[in-house]
Amino acid sequence: MSVGMLAGLGGAALIGLGLYGLLTHPHLLRKIIGFNVMGSGVFLLFGAIARRGAAAGLGADPVPQALVITGVVVAFSATALAVSLLLRVVRETGGPFFPDDDGAA
Amino acid sequence: MFALSPTSTVDVNALLPAIVMLPVAALLLAFLLGGRRTQGTALLVTPFGIALAVALACAVWRSDRALVYVLGGWAPPLGVALRADGLSAVMLVTTALIIPATGFYALDLFRQPRQTPEARAPFVFWTLLLAVWAALNGVFLGWDLFNLYVALEMLTFAAVPLVCLDGRAATLVAALRYLLFALIGSALYLLGATLLYGAYGALDIGLLSERIRPEPAAWVALAAMTAGLLAKTALFPLHLWLPPAHAGAPPPASAILSALVVKGSFFLVLRLWLNLAPPQMAASAVQLLAAMGAAAILVGSVLALRQKRLKLLIAYSTVAQIGYLFLALPLAVGARPWFAAAWVGLALQAVSHAFAKGAMFLSAGLIAEALGHDRIAEFRGLGRIAAPAVLAFGLGGLSLMGLPPSGGFTAKWLLLTAAIDSGQWLWALVMVAGGLLAAGYVYRVIAPALAPADGLTPIKTPSRRRTALALALAIVAVMLGLAPPQFGTFLRIGAPDAQKALLK
Amino acid sequence: MTLAAILDASFAALTLLVATYAIFARGLFAAVVAFISYGLLLALVWVRLSAVDVALTEAAIGSGVTGALLIGAAARIGDADGARAGQPKAMTKIIAALLCVAVTAGIAAAVLSLPTPAPTLAPRAVRELPATGLGNPVTGVLLAYRAIDTLLESVVLVFALIGIWSFSRDGAWGGAPRSPDAGTSDSALTFLGQLLPPIAIIVGVHLVWTGADAPGGAFQGGTVLAAAWILVMIAGLRQPPRIDGGWLRFALVVGPALFLAIGLIGYGIAGAFLAYPEGFAKPLILLIEAALTLSIAVALGLLALGAPARRHQP
Repeated sequence: MSVGMLAGLGGAALIGLGLYGLLTHPHLLRKIIGFNVMGSGVFLLFGAIARRGAAAGLGADPVPQALVITGVVVAFSATALAVSLLLRVVRETGGPFFPDDDGAA
Repeated sequence: MFALSPTSTVDVNALLPAIVMLPVAALLLAFLLGGRRTQGTALLVTPFGIALAVALACAVWRSDRALVYVLGGWAPPLGVALRADGLSAVMLVTTALIIPATGFYALDLFRQPRQTPEARAPFVFWTLLLAVWAALNGVFLGWDLFNLYVALEMLTFAAVPLVCLDGRAATLVAALRYLLFALIGSALYLLGATLLYGAYGALDIGLLSERIRPEPAAWVALAAMTAGLLAKTALFPLHLWLPPAHAGAPPPASAILSALVVKGSFFLVLRLWLNLAPPQMAASAVQLLAAMGAAAILVGSVLALRQKRLKLLIAYSTVAQIGYLFLALPLAVGARPWFAAAWVGLALQAVSHAFAKGAMFLSAGLIAEALGHDRIAEFRGLGRIAAPAVLAFGLGGLSLMGLPPSGGFTAKWLLLTAAIDSGQWLWALVMVAGGLLAAGYVYRVIAPALAPADGLTPIKTPSRRRTALALALAIVAVMLGLAPPQFGTFLRIGAPDAQKALLK
Repeated sequence: MTLAAILDASFAALTLLVATYAIFARGLFAAVVAFISYGLLLALVWVRLSAVDVALTEAAIGSGVTGALLIGAAARIGDADGARAGQPKAMTKIIAALLCVAVTAGIAAAVLSLPTPAPTLAPRAVRELPATGLGNPVTGVLLAYRAIDTLLESVVLVFALIGIWSFSRDGAWGGAPRSPDAGTSDSALTFLGQLLPPIAIIVGVHLVWTGADAPGGAFQGGTVLAAAWILVMIAGLRQPPRIDGGWLRFALVVGPALFLAIGLIGYGIAGAFLAYPEGFAKPLILLIEAALTLSIAVALGLLALGAPARRHQP
């Protein structure tokens, strides 16, 4: 199996894994970790597609690579936003959980 | 205005990037200047924003086709294009009217104090007002799936902090829940865009619509993107985050979130299924979306009927009204005689709901100010002390119920006739039921407000300017029903021509 | 199966294993540490995918700065007792698991059905590259072909920062974020804090400079600088800045503002917004990258620091 395919399937697995963490963890920081795993799975899938598109002397298609770089920075901003909102929620409510639910996002 | 002069050689297409970049530039300036000059910058830029949006609408009308701008001269698929059709132009003008209206409404609520150091809430409100504007303009003009991803993220980052401006525990929790839903949504959206690039080597919606085939990669991609966008639009059953977030925000922020922000992600659902997907794929998918829309109308309306607080009632009504947008989808797909009517009805529902809901949240703010609370059970005599606010709420409600001559009436009438013409009786019944339920929840507010009561004294008389702004939005929502037929023609400019696609 | 394929497969398995641990670990800290290791493994995966630019970004941001952010948050929140919130019901977990398996299966099916030969824009990206004067096609995509995304993304950082600052209490506005200062007078940390920044500045500037022709660029350079800045603050050698400082806000907007201004010049001279005048593409791109690097470094550092916590004495 080519590196591209392997990475694509790995990305698919990571997306499911991260989504599961996001949906089932009651601890909100664990949800944020789940989001990051899910996001990196999407990026990896894009990386796989870039690799499959290797041509013109390049090891990978540069367009998806550039988009992933943009995406990683956006995902980091999202994580920072979520973490700082979470820290404020913890201070106001006393815990890193949604007050009234069974853990579903 | 240059766009109007017939001999002008100025490239009207340049209006497209200008519309996206104006609020961006204003935001950077407002951020840099800080203090009182932040709000000054935000307000000063509004007339220019309105002028650009109106100029674009005129340019679209005159050219009678969608305008396209290729950024940097790099044509897709390598580069990125912006595109404005009739619907984008109308959404841009709607945004350009509602944002300034809420801005001027918020003038006293978020006034930066003189002399003292910069205050938090005003700085955040005014910069994010521009941020929401920039993001929405990006969404309505985007024609590249990744460019739209960035615009969607801009929208999320700008909208979420508006929810918890007051810093109360409940609104902070609502904001965090909203953020998590939105982030799952973005990740799923990007996943779909990734797969489409992998399968067809382009992100431009126009190019993709020529290349896409009903095959596994396309199905998975569109399903993921749609699921993500539904989470952001709060379509039932993904609506749980919306009521606490929209009801908890300060009234001008609620108005923007409910009137405009949810429309951004909905607009992309339209782009996906009406512009990008081939009709044979869209035909089956839109039935599922319509079923969810029908459920949203019924559940949202019933929950709205049961709310004890005005702002929550209005927020649940948003859940229901979003349902109509999705219920209209199956009517607007395919080469059928009712296609045009359904398309116009759908667009009109989006626009008139924006004005009506903006008016209702703004008047809810006025009512809460006059009474010091928004408990519906204690509204007796409200009509005496805050008549214009109750009127604005009622006029907005008129549009939600679908009573003539409001925009909501025309929208729902067009959709109803399209549903009956196409033999989709079930959807027609849901629309009628939704209208009756809306009448119920609007009546629940209006009836006690108009009942006589003695001894009710307002805590504060709402300012005339703010009352006028709420009323103005409500009047626009009503007047939309009187729009000339050319408005329908305008909305159809550049609309996906399903007929042609089917014959191909 | 070749040796390379076996190595790739086992490496993929290891990465998945660490990610699984990051999701299922019992303790919060174990999960955070696993996530950081996962980020580093992922950076190596990106190298294997011939995407060195992405590998640099992933190592610096995906693992490094995100890791610092998560560790800081975990330390402040603590491994709170999950029983308080109530674990999700077994049924909820089963439904979620089925949903996620379906999602993964769907994506896997889509991946396996992707066409061969794969569609690619690589030839076009290479063909057009001479017009930009650049040697690195990834930089070409970021700063020429799809400049609009990069411009909007540098603005997204400002949005996120406003959002994060908005989560402060009213009284803290205008003050500085809490110092990530480790609170110890650890001499090794202080030494690192003094030693690394000059190196990081050289590496960061080098990445931006060579990004035109080799892997690197504003984002990678910016993150290295941000990481160095955070390290200096962790070592207690510098305090976080006040968020209402004029220079700070200038540094944050100079990148996107200059980008926008050069885009407008392009409209006037080169015929399109965000087009570069012929022959001036490379110097203009380097100018934008220099300003963007500063804005990105400051923004990333501040994003990691979080909301202002106290107002300085005036």
